[in-house]
This record gives sequence, C-alpha cells and structure tokens, in this order.
Amino acid sequence: MLLRDLAHVRTGDKGDISQISVILYDIENYALLADRLSVEVIRRHLCALPIFSGERYELPELGALNFVLRGALSGGVTRSLALDAHGKTLGAQLLDIEIISIS
Amino acid sequence: MTGRTIRIGAGAGYSGDRIEPAVELAEQGKLDYLVFECLAERTIALAQARRRADPEQGFDLLLDERMRAVLPACRANGVRIVTNMGAANPASAARAIVRIARELGMAGLKVAAVIGDDVLDQIREQPRSLSEHDGTTADLGDSVVSANAYLGMAPIVEALAGGADVVVTGRVGDPALFLGPLAYEFGWSADDWDILGRGTVIGHLLECAGQLTGGYFADPGVKDVPDLARLGFPLAEVSPDGSALLTKVPGSGGRLSVACCKEQLLYEILDPGAYLQADVVADFRTVRFEMAGPDRVRVTGGSGRARPDMLKVSIGYQDGFIGEGQISYAGLGAVARGRLALDIVRDRLAITGIDAEDLQYELIGLDAVDRTGRTGIEPREVRARAVGRSRSAYAAGRIGAEVEALYTNGPSGGGGAVASVRQVLAVTSVLLPRDRVAPAVLYEVA
Repeated sequence: MLLRDLAHVRTGDKGDISQISVILYDIENYALLADRLSVEVIRRHLCALPIFSGERYELPELGALNFVLRGALSGGVTRSLALDAHGKTLGAQLLDIEIISIS
Repeated sequence: MTGRTIRIGAGAGYSGDRIEPAVELAEQGKLDYLVFECLAERTIALAQARRRADPEQGFDLLLDERMRAVLPACRANGVRIVTNMGAANPASAARAIVRIARELGMAGLKVAAVIGDDVLDQIREQPRSLSEHDGTTADLGDSVVSANAYLGMAPIVEALAGGADVVVTGRVGDPALFLGPLAYEFGWSADDWDILGRGTVIGHLLECAGQLTGGYFADPGVKDVPDLARLGFPLAEVSPDGSALLTKVPGSGGRLSVACCKEQLLYEILDPGAYLQADVVADFRTVRFEMAGPDRVRVTGGSGRARPDMLKVSIGYQDGFIGEGQISYAGLGAVARGRLALDIVRDRLAITGIDAEDLQYELIGLDAVDRTGRTGIEPREVRARAVGRSRSAYAAGRIGAEVEALYTNGPSGGGGAVASVRQVLAVTSVLLPRDRVAPAVLYEVA
C-alpha cells in the first residue's frame, strides 16, 4: 500500500529546516509506520532534496512521526531561490512511498 | 471541568489573512478575546524599512482595514483584542487605532502598546553569535536592518490588567498572544510550567487561524473539507486547568476534526518534547484530542518545563538581489524547447559575463518543486524558469532580461515571459540574555 492509505501529512519550515509530520488515520498502525518510515527512506524518496541531516521524533500517543530535515530549504525561506521556498509541497510528495505491511 | 471558561478566537493567521472570518467570530463567537497573529519572520524587517522612511509608519499595512472591520462588533460584545500588528512600530499602531476608534465614535477605548522587543541598538553595541550560521552579527555589518526579541506574555498580562481593550505588540512569541489573556484571566503563575505548557498548546493550535479548521488540509477524495471559500476561523473555550474545547462559529465553512488538530499541533514543531518559548518549554507529547460533537474537539494534556534563560532574537539583513525570468512552452516537444530555452539563457549569462551566483534552471511542470527526481508522462506545457542571486541589481536583472529575449532569439513558440528583480531581506537569529530585554507598556485612550 502507499503511505497515503495510512497517513496524512503537514509540512512546515523553520529557517533551513523542512519539518514534515506524518499522522496515522488509525493509531493501530503505529508499529508498522515506525518500522517502515525513516529519515533514510525519505532521503531516498526525495533524492533531489539536499538534506544535510535529519531527525525523527516518535509520537506513539498521537500516532504520528515528526521529521526534521536540515538543509532542505537551500538556506531558508528568506534566501531561497526555489519556486517553493517554504518547501510546502514536500510532504505531499512522500505520500506515494510504498509501505509493505507486516505479514 | 470547574470554574468559568474563557472564549478566545483566532482572527488572523498571517498578515494578509481574510478579514470576514474575524468579523464573524467577533459578531457570533461569544468571545472574550480575539487575537490577530500577523507577523511572519520577515514582516518586521520590511516594516522597519517603512518606519525609516516615515517615523509614524512601520505597523501592519492592513491594521486600518482590520480594525475598522472588527472594532464595532468587539466593542458591542465586550471582546478584547490582542495582536502583533504593531510590527516595527507598536506605539504608532496604538495611536492609529485610537484615531480609528474616535472616528467610529468609541470614546474611552483604551489601547496598550507593548514595546521593547526592538533590540537593534543592543545588537549593534555588542555583537552576538549567529544561531544558524558561522560568525556574528558584526559580520553582517551595515546590512542589518532589524533585530527583534521574541517577548513572552508578561507585558500582555500587564496591559490587560491595566484595562486595555486592545493590546498591540511588535514581536512576541505567537502562542504568547493567546497565553497572555489566559494567564491574566485565570491568574496562572509565571512559573507554573505545566499550565503554561498547556496554554501554549492552545495558543499554538490557534495561532495559524484557518489552518486548524480545515485550511491547508483538503486533499479531494481523501481528506475533503466543505466550503473552504467561507472557512470559519477557530475559537477555544478554555478551562482554568488549561484544557479546552476547540470549535468554530456554527454554519461557517471548514471542518474541525482530530486529524486537523493533530496536523496543526505538530506544524512547524521540531522536537515535540521541547517547544521553546519565552515563557515555557512546552511538551506536546501527551496532548490528547477527542471529538465532542460536530466541529467540536476537546484538547487535554501537554506539560511544560522551566523557561529558557535566553530569548530568541530575529535579525533582518539585506542580502543582495534575486533575479528571475519565466517563459512557457506548449504542445509537442514543449519539454525539449523548454530545456533548449534554459540552455540558451545559461550560455548567454556566461557569454556576457554576468556576475550571478546559485543560478538555477528548471521546468515548472516537471522539476521545479518535485524533488523525487522521477519523470512521468510528458506534460503538454512547461514553464522554463531561470533564477539567481547577485550583489548587483543590474546583474540580477540580466537573468530575467535574457529570458525575455527568448521571445525573438529562442526556441519556437515561447509565450508569457515575465522578469523580476527583488531585493533580498534575509532573516537569521541570535540569542540574547533575558535581562538585556526590557519590555514596557504604553497607553492611549480614544
């Protein structure tokens, strides 16, 4: 299945950081999401995004993961030359990541 | 739930936000407070430039329009207003609000200005290390145009205790615009970290206004939101223990659901266990949401730890110019012609020796915002975009000029060319010891 079948996303920015929350529709799928979605998986999927380093914060009670992607905004909103300087379109680009269910 | 509740609404989530939803809240929200958050990172630096041109300016450009729209209902219903629309000049904003109030026949309306966030002089006297970059503020030299500390709730509490009907600030932490009224009403102590953490949860949920009630959420067929053209802005009915019921005016557009609330709780949060604010380090990990009826969500939980000793200061500085040009191609071979167009611009800037950095060439419709590096079905149209930065406005302008020249010198069928140059006002930040910042409250009465 695709990540879009399991979760929704919201994208924000802080300086040169793109922050993407991935939130489950059904909290029962937390173990699956936590097992399958890592900074490395995102880095591979967004291979044209310059990520220096990333962190993943786990929120089991909310059924969510919060990703902090450093370097993603080419110097930050105020200096960036990108058409989408805030990186607001990035979260939606994660939703076609394939999530293979635990068998 | 014991004790009385306070109803606090979000009237704006950014400087250009819609005005009617705030009027709807003031008229029908049965509010005690209406808060307008109107200061993005860069807004204050832009406002500072206006203040230099005219010492009575430098506050939010929509202040007049917003106040004329909401003051009548706020006055009639006893709704007090808190806003950061003071931007680079809260004192002048307070005088402007008083002038409007007089014109509207609201004698006695009391307006408080919170000042003291402007720390440009302190930063110039004693340079500070940059938080996100190497070097200090001294390295930025004369390019620094603004330095504003993120104040906490204390001066807002003071202004409300002083009887202000309207409190207008410059830079304060966005959640503090909400935490101030709540702490004032409930007598929350400035060192009750858990309750301040919960109040910060409420402030953070509300600060982007429509982003809690279904804005920035819809994905047709997957996450549908009704009537976004009439999106209702949120309000919280807050209890003294820092829990709240989140809702919006019945009949307004949008949707308030647990999913919306979770998205907004985590919006622009780095470590959800340590959300740094001037008043508290809030912990969002134990926040819980549950539906309490249609478009009604109950929020409980959250906690806090002792506030940081240092305040964040946002520094605005001039950083050269960005030049850009765009031109469209359509039909068979549109992608190939778009790529040819970009190759020509690249060669032209090299041949003519234009001194520009970070030049980027992309095709909107193909790879301008997509970062997966994947290509699908070739689009029927693309828009070629060239962009770069330069110390020189002339050199930056040449980028767009070379794109426009493609009309007669480039591939066949190029249309809709535009060119632009803009001065870059960049933002960085430093930390400043709390005792170097001295907020104060001034009053004006209509």
